[in-house]
Amino acid sequence: MSATLLYALTGCALFALGLGATVLVTEPLRRVLAFNVMGSGAFLVFVGLAQRAGVSDPVPQAMVLTGIVVAVAATALALALIRRLERDDDDAR
Amino acid sequence: MLIAWLIVLPLAWALAAWLAGARRGATIACAGVLVQLLLALALAREVAAHGPFTYAVGGWGAPLGIDLHVDGLSALLVLLTEVVALPLVLYTRAWLVAQEQDGTYLWPLLGLLLAALHALFVSADLFNLYVTLELLGLGAVALVASGGERKQLAAALRYLVASLVASGCFLLGVAVIYGIHGTVSLADLAERVPADPTTPTLLAGALMLLGLMIKTALFPFHGWLPAAHGSAAAPVSALLSALVVKASFYVILRLRLSVYSGWAEQLDWLPALLGGGAILYGSWCALRAERLKMLIAYSTVAQLGYLFLLFPLLAVGELALTAGALQILAHALAKAALFAAAGIALLASGRDSVAGLASLAGVLPLTWFAFGLAGTSLMGLPPSGGFLAKWLLIDAAIMRGQWIMILLVVASGLLAAAYIFRILSCAFRSAEREQAVALRPVPRTMEWVAFALAAASVLVGLEANAIAGLLGTGGAR
Repeated sequence: MSATLLYALTGCALFALGLGATVLVTEPLRRVLAFNVMGSGAFLVFVGLAQRAGVSDPVPQAMVLTGIVVAVAATALALALIRRLERDDDDAR
Repeated sequence: MLIAWLIVLPLAWALAAWLAGARRGATIACAGVLVQLLLALALAREVAAHGPFTYAVGGWGAPLGIDLHVDGLSALLVLLTEVVALPLVLYTRAWLVAQEQDGTYLWPLLGLLLAALHALFVSADLFNLYVTLELLGLGAVALVASGGERKQLAAALRYLVASLVASGCFLLGVAVIYGIHGTVSLADLAERVPADPTTPTLLAGALMLLGLMIKTALFPFHGWLPAAHGSAAAPVSALLSALVVKASFYVILRLRLSVYSGWAEQLDWLPALLGGGAILYGSWCALRAERLKMLIAYSTVAQLGYLFLLFPLLAVGELALTAGALQILAHALAKAALFAAAGIALLASGRDSVAGLASLAGVLPLTWFAFGLAGTSLMGLPPSGGFLAKWLLIDAAIMRGQWIMILLVVASGLLAAAYIFRILSCAFRSAEREQAVALRPVPRTMEWVAFALAAASVLVGLEANAIAGLLGTGGAR
């Protein structure tokens, strides 16, 4: 098995794990973590598949960097929403 | 240059509105959207005159830089965005004053949302589409949450998770495509893929389709939509239902017409089948909804189903594409009008229930008229835009001999009539008027906006030739 395929399959496995957890878990914080695992899987496939004869391709690396920035922003928004919801719950008590 | 300005301008006024504070922010936003409308008109005229063109941002060019591409379909949708957004920003301004809210976050988020929409419609590569889809999703989620009520926050979180799962699927599809073909440019892929659609490429396509179907809230992935669109502030619901869900549909249509034009025709039946399910299930829920905004949100689920009936008919050519574009335009305008009118009803009576509308019977004639006009377009009565869209769809279905589809289109028109008349019947129920609570005054601007949007959804049918012409210039292919 070539290294390329190994990376891609690992990425797919991570993606599937994350996807499963995001859909099945109900606790908000764990969902956010699961989404991040899912994203990492997709990034690994992206960078891992795009090697040509052992030399890595810089274009997907730049794209994955952009993707990481987007994922960080999304995670921050999710955490802010969860915190606000929790605070409202505490106030209600 | 025009395209670049359409993306930079909303970002610039979003920032300016943030710095200037809520009061002046509203004025800045209205001025910004007005200029955008003029730019969008100029863009449409340029495409109609000279055909599609590509613009390399900063002069770099793909693959190092980013290319933007405008053709008839993208110019039309950019124009639609502006035509819906301009009345809605005026509406939002009056709505904030009437609600005594300041809307500090609303204006900057609105600018970000419009910038993301424009960027999405002119994207020329898969990765740019991913980034703009994410930006659009984040902007839309933040707008839903911007009211700060508990149910809005809960709906926003649910929307965010659905949106993130969807874009994760899309990104994995893009990663596989890049791994196989070494490019994400739509133009390059459209040359390579159709001649030789391998299984991994098709799988990547299926992954992207899955993600986009979740984002478009196609039945059975619609779970997040009614909560988000039903609980958000009225102008936000209008914007989300009219434009944001159409953006992900546009991406499906774009990919189907370019990269996946060699996609086996049997595969088109899956989205069409789900679309049929969406029409029946969405209409059923709309008929049973207790809350007015929930009713309208479920109607969006049903109307989005129509768009997916299009795919098995694409072989007919321009006709099917025009039908789809008209349905997008007519539904966007009608749905924006319905949510705007619902916002007025909510503001005046203070309650969000279908039965509670009876307390408004005999007052707010302009708002009721807007309900009726927008309803005409959703039901598909002539000469509205909705009528023409359905007519062309049936025409295309006859050409392909798809009788079930014709039945479905006719049945769904009747179902739409049923839930619209549920709303309208309240207008003529005068018995409850006497014991009604005191109504709050409604700014005239809001009523006129609802009316103007509803009238536009009817009148868009008269511009069908111009629309077909714009789509025909180099086409979306």
